[in-house]
Amino acid sequence: MIRSTWMQFRAQTVVATGGLLVVAVVLAITGPHLVHLYDANVSNCVARDDCSTATSSFLQNDHALQVGLNVLAVVLPGIIGILWGAPLVARELETGTYRLAWTQSVTRTRWLAVKLGVVGVASLVVAGLFSLMVTWWFSPIDRVNMTVFTTFDQRNIVAVGYAAFAFALGATAGVFIRRTVPAIAATLVALVTIRLLDFFYVQPHLITPVRHSYSLALGTTISGYGGSNGAQASLFPGTPSLPNAWILSTDIVDKAGHSLTASVVNDLCPQLATVLGGPGPGAPQIQGGHVAAIGPAPAGANQVLQACVSKVGATYHELVSYQPPGHYWPLQWAELALYLGVALALAGTCAWWVRHRLS
Amino acid sequence: MTAVLEASSLGKRYGRRWALSDCTLSIPEGKVVGLVGPNGAGKTTLLHLGVGLLAPTSGSIEVLGGRPADGPAQLGRVGFVAQDAPTYAGLTVDKHLRLGAYLNPSWDDQVAHHRIEELGLDPSQRAGSLSGGQRAQLALTLAIAKRPELLLLDEPVASLDPLARREFLQTLMEVVAEQGVSVVLSSHLVADLERTCDYLIVLVASRVQLSGEIGGLLASHHRLSGPRRDPGSLPATQEVIEESHTERQTTLLVRTDDAILDPTWTVKPVTLEDLVLAYMGRARDTQPPRRSGLKVLR
Repeated sequence: MIRSTWMQFRAQTVVATGGLLVVAVVLAITGPHLVHLYDANVSNCVARDDCSTATSSFLQNDHALQVGLNVLAVVLPGIIGILWGAPLVARELETGTYRLAWTQSVTRTRWLAVKLGVVGVASLVVAGLFSLMVTWWFSPIDRVNMTVFTTFDQRNIVAVGYAAFAFALGATAGVFIRRTVPAIAATLVALVTIRLLDFFYVQPHLITPVRHSYSLALGTTISGYGGSNGAQASLFPGTPSLPNAWILSTDIVDKAGHSLTASVVNDLCPQLATVLGGPGPGAPQIQGGHVAAIGPAPAGANQVLQACVSKVGATYHELVSYQPPGHYWPLQWAELALYLGVALALAGTCAWWVRHRLS
Repeated sequence: MTAVLEASSLGKRYGRRWALSDCTLSIPEGKVVGLVGPNGAGKTTLLHLGVGLLAPTSGSIEVLGGRPADGPAQLGRVGFVAQDAPTYAGLTVDKHLRLGAYLNPSWDDQVAHHRIEELGLDPSQRAGSLSGGQRAQLALTLAIAKRPELLLLDEPVASLDPLARREFLQTLMEVVAEQGVSVVLSSHLVADLERTCDYLIVLVASRVQLSGEIGGLLASHHRLSGPRRDPGSLPATQEVIEESHTERQTTLLVRTDDAILDPTWTVKPVTLEDLVLAYMGRARDTQPPRRSGLKVLR
């Protein structure tokens, strides 16, 4: 059964191996050069005191390739899902060859288990190798960027989980829908939806984020003042500088945990609204000493703002919820385990459906 | 007489539609059985149930004394060629044979290659570019080389041209002669069965209308024609299967094991086609429209 699956899967294996080889060659040519540039220009920039120039010019290297690889890393699980997962059973059902396959001396449960196993493992290997190469190639760039969480989904081991999930999702869609093209469409829609829901609602909380309080200061924890989107004017929380951390939320709260409201700001700092031309929605935003879309802030506005921040800061502080760099690997493992678990559950559903419902 | 396939009150429902309902039949061993019936009679459903592609909704079916598709051994004992002879379009003939070898412990590689050679098929040709007749032959080869005890063929020649049809049936006859395998062959074309089969089952709307050795069936049915008369006046041993009347004349198709003694009848033998059509026609006339819908009411 394993041999027959390999035989039918040979063309796809050849294409995948070819694709991986092309990527490997391109990365092997460009990768060492990046490491060299990093060593020559970035690693010693502190001594030369020109780090911002050095890093920004370093990050421009192979820009198209960077974008391309990151995009490929995001879509590769989807490609595996629609090219390997969705047609796996759907094509047999659609073309009627299941009547040939399921009447040989192999039970269809075993037939499906081996198909899912062989092609599934191939998916994991392809995604894993690709991720390995990309992670290696990007390592000097990621070291400079100091934002490991922005490429969390495109590096290291989570790619394996995404590929397993996309493959199992495609196979399941194929089993349920029984036609290749609709199964591909359903796979894409479900994959994008689930990955977005995961990114916004699940991934940030897979490991309890760290919460930390900062006292208020203009320029760091307070970025400015204004009314955005028609709301009453208030103070804007600033984003603290936490290298390699994933900041989930920033809130200005008092000791009881109540968020700072516009009316509190208005009560504590009545002059602020006056200086900027009246309270209420549509008050101009002041940020970094500039009033948005107008120009430099009016004379005295910054002093008034500074005074206001001090006054508010007596009872309020900024609460930042974030995943620190130390959570990177635990999160990678948690995400991998989550997706592998769902993939296994989907494979079980497939098996059950093929065994009991397609008859 | 042992049965290779035995169904009892067998039913299969898709949603609210019964593709086969309350079907009871027995197919004897060592025969080439023709399963005839109009489209929608449930022939394909019955064969799929027999090979385990489908599971019964009600009733039971036993094939070679076992439950269909109940494990690899049972699957290996039954060879199946599905309607339109499905094959993998992208795989070559040779790879199909390797597939068969990988998937069947009882695979006879010699038989398979010998047959392909005899058919003049190019082993390196993709199945997708074979003609309909060649594809059917390839599918038959796959089913034969696993050395089954029972061969189920679902409308194997329906889509073939007359020449390919004859060649296919010839191959089938050779296999039966060589391997002594039991065969059930469904068709809605009686002419195909006449040369090939020695046993006939007429299935209309899930019901067996007629079942028996073709020779015996032909011997016990007669076409009578004579002056117009009421069929009710016939001896009790003569069962009227089909009747037609003109103003002066009556023509009957009767079943009887006794001789026809009444000298007013002109007695003629019947052909297989007459027989099948008569039983199909009778089934249509005597049976109320399919009561499928009622089955799902509680």
